[in-house]
Parts: sequence; C-alpha cells; structure tokens
Amino acid sequence: MPDELCIPVSSEIDIVTARQKGRELAARLGFSNTELTLIATAISEVTRNIVEYARRGELCLSIVQQGNKRGISVIASDRGPGIPNIKLAMQDGYSTGHSLGLGLPGAKRLMDEFEIVSEVGKGTKVTMKKWVQNNVR
Amino acid sequence: MLVPILKQGDYLIASIQSELSDADLLKLRDDLVSRVGEFHSRGVIVDVTVLDVMDSFATRTLRAMAHMIMLRGAETVIVGIQPEVAFSMVQLGLKLEGVETALDLEEGLTLLDHRTKGDNKRAR
Repeated sequence: MPDELCIPVSSEIDIVTARQKGRELAARLGFSNTELTLIATAISEVTRNIVEYARRGELCLSIVQQGNKRGISVIASDRGPGIPNIKLAMQDGYSTGHSLGLGLPGAKRLMDEFEIVSEVGKGTKVTMKKWVQNNVR
Repeated sequence: MLVPILKQGDYLIASIQSELSDADLLKLRDDLVSRVGEFHSRGVIVDVTVLDVMDSFATRTLRAMAHMIMLRGAETVIVGIQPEVAFSMVQLGLKLEGVETALDLEEGLTLLDHRTKGDNKRAR
C-alpha cells in the first residue's frame, strides 16, 4: 500500500472500502486499536456525506509529517451542491438529509484537526488529520 | 454480504459475519422485521462482535430496526459491541436509546429469557 491513495466515491459500497483503506494506512503508523476505530469511523462519516449530498467525489488518504509528528491525513472532496451554512452544518443534530446530523461534528470530535471549505454550487472539501501520540506508548 | 439468521426456539439470532455496507444493514433490518412474524418470534439477538465501525448510519439503522421489531411484538438485544466501538460511539454522540444491549450472545439470551419469560407481565 502506497503512502498516499485516493478512492473514487460514488456509492455506499465505497464507504466500506474507504474506511478499510484508512484503517490499513493508519495501522502502519502505529495508532492504537481505539484510534484506528476512531479514524475509520470519521472516514465513514465524511465519505457518507459525499454519497448522500454530492453523489460522487473522492477520498484521499496520506501519511503526513509535521516536525517530528507523524499522522494520517484524510481529504474528502466533491463537486456537489456545497454547504450554504457551515456553522449550522457543524452543529450537533443538524441535518438536511435523513441522518442524525452527527456526521460532520462527530468526525471533528474523532480527529485531531478538522477543516471544512465549501462553496455553494461548487463543492465541499473536508480535511482531517490525526497524529500518532508517541508519548503515551 | 448476507447475514445468516438462525431460529432458536422463540428467538432469532442474526450473527453478523463481516463488515456490512449500508444496503446489507437495511436488508438485515427488513429480513428480521419480516421473519419475526413468520416464526412468531419473541426475541431477536443481533451479534455485532465483528463490526469494527459503528457509525451514525449503522446506529440509526439498528435503533430503527429494534423499534420496528418492538412494534411487531418482539424484543431486540444488540450484543458484542467492542470496547473501541463503544468508545467511538460515545465520542460521536451516538446513542442506542431504547435498545437493549448485552456483552455477548450468552448474556443476550439470558436477558431475553428474563424479558420474555420472566416478569414480562408486569414490565409490559
């Protein structure tokens, strides 16, 4: 498995592939089992957002380094309808779809870094990172 | 991936064998809701031991399934939620409100016995 890969997302089957690939890549970095589950779950949420709102998009996974920190970067991007009000979309329980509205705010809680850029009519890009906690192992 | 559903006396046991897609989960929900009627089952156990991810969709689907099965007159117990999965569900803010859970299959069966054969006259 390379240090960087992108998975085209166009159906709910790709959600399973995305989280499996994410877990595989994260496992190579030495994350704990609990962290692997958190990462896989966050990937599941942002990938489902693509399928539900944009129909198709892409999920890119890579190993990133910042100083002496190593981690995984997850970028979910689409050219879908975009999110008119990001503040609202990041609120717990808010949803325009059929979900619980916990996807985006939930994914943010599961990861260390979370950034969302969206433009109505152009698309959405979610960038998340999680760093390996070397000091606790 | 099809989830096998076993009939054991008054109960149905669905033992998930591998990671499930959204469609697989919805199929499991529909199958269980209809089989409860077919076999006049009193209880359903869904074993999720192998699931290493339970995201908002999976949680919502299991919760809806348990409510539908309750409307059909049977009890549902979800068993085998892994510690990492429990941790992640709490972080995400996911709740299985109104759904019984047990540590494993054996405890799930004990719970169902208690609920359906024991003090059910008072409890329901």
